[in-house]
Amino acid sequence: MLAGSRPGVGKAATSRRLAPLCSPSPGKSKEAEIKRINKELANIRSKFKGDKALDGYSKKKYVCKLLFIFLLGHDIDFGHMEAVNLLSSNRYTEKQIGYLFISVLVNSNSELIRLINNAIKNDLASRNPTFMGLALHCIANVGSREMAEAFAGEVPKILVAGDTMDSVKQSAALCLLRLYRTSPDLVPMGDWTSRVVHLLNDQHLGVVTAATSLITTLAQKNPEEFKTSVSLAVSRLSRIVTSASTDLQDYTYYFVPAPWLSVKLLRLLQCYPPPEDPAVRGRLTECLETILNKAQEPPKSKKVQHSNAKNAVLFEAISLIIHHDSEPNLLVRACNQLGQFLQHRETNLRYLALESMCTLASSEFSHEAVKTHIDTVINALKTERDVSVRQRAVDLLYAMCDRSNAQQIVAEMLSYLETADYSIREEIVLKVAILAEKYAVDYAWYVDTILNLIRIAGDYVSEEVWYRVIQIVINRDDVQGYAAKTVFEALQAPACHENLVKVGGYILGEFGNLIAGDPRSSPLVQFNLLHSKFHLCSVPTRALLLSTYIKFVNLFPEVKPTIQDVLRGDSQLRNADVELQQRAVEYLRLSTVASTDILATVLEEMPPFPERESSILAKLKKKKGPSTVTDLEDTKRERSVDVNGGPEPAPASASAAVGPSPAVPACCDGLGNNLLLFCSLMFVCKNNGVLFENQLLQIGLKSEFRQNLGRMFIFYGNKTSTQFLNFTPTPVPRCGLDSLTRTHLNLQTKPVDPTVDGGAQVQQVVNIECVSDFTEAPVLNIQFRYGGTFQNVSVQLPITLNKFFQPTEMSSQDFFQRWKQLSNPQQEVQNIFKAKHPMDTEITKAKIIGFGSALLEEVDPNPANFVGAGIIHTKTSQTGCLLRLEPNLQAQMYRLTLRTSKETVSQRLCELLSQQF
Amino acid sequence: MQFMLLFSRQGKLRLQKWYVPLSDKEKKKITRELVQTVLARKPKMCSFLEWRDLKIVYKRYASLYFCCAIEDQDNELITLEIIHRYVELLDKYFGSVCELDIIFNFEKAYFILDEFLLGGEVQETSKKNVLKAIEQADLLQEKTENMFHSKSFIGSKKAY
Repeated sequence: MLAGSRPGVGKAATSRRLAPLCSPSPGKSKEAEIKRINKELANIRSKFKGDKALDGYSKKKYVCKLLFIFLLGHDIDFGHMEAVNLLSSNRYTEKQIGYLFISVLVNSNSELIRLINNAIKNDLASRNPTFMGLALHCIANVGSREMAEAFAGEVPKILVAGDTMDSVKQSAALCLLRLYRTSPDLVPMGDWTSRVVHLLNDQHLGVVTAATSLITTLAQKNPEEFKTSVSLAVSRLSRIVTSASTDLQDYTYYFVPAPWLSVKLLRLLQCYPPPEDPAVRGRLTECLETILNKAQEPPKSKKVQHSNAKNAVLFEAISLIIHHDSEPNLLVRACNQLGQFLQHRETNLRYLALESMCTLASSEFSHEAVKTHIDTVINALKTERDVSVRQRAVDLLYAMCDRSNAQQIVAEMLSYLETADYSIREEIVLKVAILAEKYAVDYAWYVDTILNLIRIAGDYVSEEVWYRVIQIVINRDDVQGYAAKTVFEALQAPACHENLVKVGGYILGEFGNLIAGDPRSSPLVQFNLLHSKFHLCSVPTRALLLSTYIKFVNLFPEVKPTIQDVLRGDSQLRNADVELQQRAVEYLRLSTVASTDILATVLEEMPPFPERESSILAKLKKKKGPSTVTDLEDTKRERSVDVNGGPEPAPASASAAVGPSPAVPACCDGLGNNLLLFCSLMFVCKNNGVLFENQLLQIGLKSEFRQNLGRMFIFYGNKTSTQFLNFTPTPVPRCGLDSLTRTHLNLQTKPVDPTVDGGAQVQQVVNIECVSDFTEAPVLNIQFRYGGTFQNVSVQLPITLNKFFQPTEMSSQDFFQRWKQLSNPQQEVQNIFKAKHPMDTEITKAKIIGFGSALLEEVDPNPANFVGAGIIHTKTSQTGCLLRLEPNLQAQMYRLTLRTSKETVSQRLCELLSQQF
Repeated sequence: MQFMLLFSRQGKLRLQKWYVPLSDKEKKKITRELVQTVLARKPKMCSFLEWRDLKIVYKRYASLYFCCAIEDQDNELITLEIIHRYVELLDKYFGSVCELDIIFNFEKAYFILDEFLLGGEVQETSKKNVLKAIEQADLLQEKTENMFHSKSFIGSKKAY
């Protein structure tokens, strides 16, 4: 097959017709081809425009020629009308070519679409299965919204009608699937859905195959409606996997019974959790075991098609096992099976095994089993010839990494980085940086790792990475001296990467004093070292170094004259770059006029950075698409907060304002950009972040609240390169069950521009007024069209009652007096719960403050307890609230008590705050 | 499946089938990029690669590359066999198919593909059933051709 050119090609009429147009002989030039084509196009155009009406055959002939010319890669801008005319021909061939032209060269010209739809309507009504097939194929191929409007009601009827032929049913099922993908809102669910589900029982395996695809797509959006498909799919699957290879006749593919259908059924089952009915569940487990067993049997054929089909089913079964994530036995078997594939001689299987194991690594049942393959994976990283396979190995190492093997994995990735393909370097850098941070037990190791990263792949170290190392060093007292010493040593290298100069400049500016005692790194030596790099650096780095110099003036008065000389130099004071010149002028002035005290205040050490999710992680998510990364993060639940222990939510203050090394404001940006998925829980104690992200859309939030009012800025980012159309985000308050008439929250907003360009961001401002206390958070509904399909996203807006919480400071005495006043049983709500996060005092304090309450120190006689007070402001009332949180470290439990004058408020605040620890 | 492309070793596009709505400009861009990427790969490399947010599955048969773009949850191996089954269908229909068959009988190549895959999903996996459908269509074609132009050009060639 496809063995090469052979004589006697001209079998079909088209070849005779078209041969003169296309000469495969290489001697003819491209220009000659274009010339001939243009001549032919002109000829066809004149035929179409000519006085003489063309008969169907000639019309077909010319339309076919146009298609051919199009397929050769030339643009075609006419002939559509003639093609549409062909649709209403009674002759099959003419109709067929007409439909083909429409399918290949769709034009969104609405007048034509109406004509096309008319022709389709006639063919659908013709009861001629061949014509119906053509019409359905055309709808499925074009799948435009106009077609959905015209046929979304009709196609389901054809699909479930008792007298429809099998082949037409198949086409109708997939046609409907295409329409549903394009315009889900136009496909009405109804009686037909249950009949579609029963197609899973159909005698004709082709019908079952097509129907399974349709049901899978529909079930993803309407799981309840298609729930009954689970047991039917299981029994169908069971019949297939237990059948002998000859039972299914032509549906057996290289000795594998119905592989396509099996894969689709397994895919359908992945729309649902494990079946609840024990009988169904048992039967499914049997199926999965049978599939795993078959993998161990000797192959029935040596053909690659046999093993591919068999393994396609196996991999899909493993996906289902991972999706259910409930049968440890199956998970471990799956892992062992993949382990075998890791060493298979087929590159494809090694690739897929690495990919599949990546998801397996995130299951708690199989994480350990995956880890046993570490040596094989590292070996793959070193020896695989194909970069896409090596990429998978990197992904898997990242996924299987935990505290026990982090040092080994990071070391291997670093050494691989030296020879890694350029295309994947940046990603590896990010991964190394994340792992080093996440699993750092020893921060000296962390600093070393990042400096190594910069040394090996400085060009690929993005800003996020070097910002992050600085944030961490600033937040960890214990590593600052080591960091200063290490960067100082690294800077000794004659040629060091500019990123190192940046990190070095920043760290020495902050912590150079920690190593200044050693004469080998005295202030002057430090300064000279940095300044020796100055002239080789770009403007932003030089600006950063100037900030370092002014920090030196503060840290080391003895080098002040040297630095003033440098600042005074023409190359600084009169630098052509405005930023550099301004810094030089201002810093020089600052060093001369300011007293030591002022200088010390202005250039005070950077305060710790607030606890936030790593910006590098955000970057990796952006690179890889959120789904892959988050899953791993979520399931592993290894928190990285302890790394940047700084709890103070105060942003960079004094020194950032005056000593504006470019890193500082940028740093804050880098941090502010953190990614938090879906979880409005995360927003209870904070006001900014990413609310939602999928492949298409990212929603970011910034909000501020004062008393009973608030303002929220919602940023919608189009992550694709395609425009979003009809973009309509609508925030809707939800009423609690208690009162359907009264609104607790007023939301006011203006519509945003309905078109969002690819890569662009639009902003929406929501003004919020809290009328009375509430429990249900409002919902943000977003609708838009992306590439012809209608998208619908709903997310909870994190507007919770505590946002209207104002802190109140009070003395111990006041506190207890009020506490006693609020002693009615309805006023107190208490909750005892298990700690979901490490019990860290500083983090807890930050969370209570973030929650909105004042944190009252020295109120509770037991210093381990936390006490807070504040007022909930609503339009109708103000409610004073007192809270007390008692941690029990041994039991890893908390007891939270809330007392307010209003029961509903106590209740809601207690719920909200309990979820945070 | 989002689309399927057939192209020659010289990078000439021979057949394109798009299952998602895209503008002509985007189609051209995607085609150009993918053809380059796939042609640059060495034999023996694995048949799958990540490309944008899609997975590409490709296989070379003689001078032609068959290249499918599937989504994240789709199964790579079964897609590889979709390609193979399509090649088998072409082969059976044309009787040892070659690139020129697909160039000159492009409409047949499309019709066979539509019978096999519709809307990006497998419609009918049975080789017999797909070819039966195409044969029936050919018979209709022959009838009309005979009636109106008395030209027979398919009758001589039975697929099986």
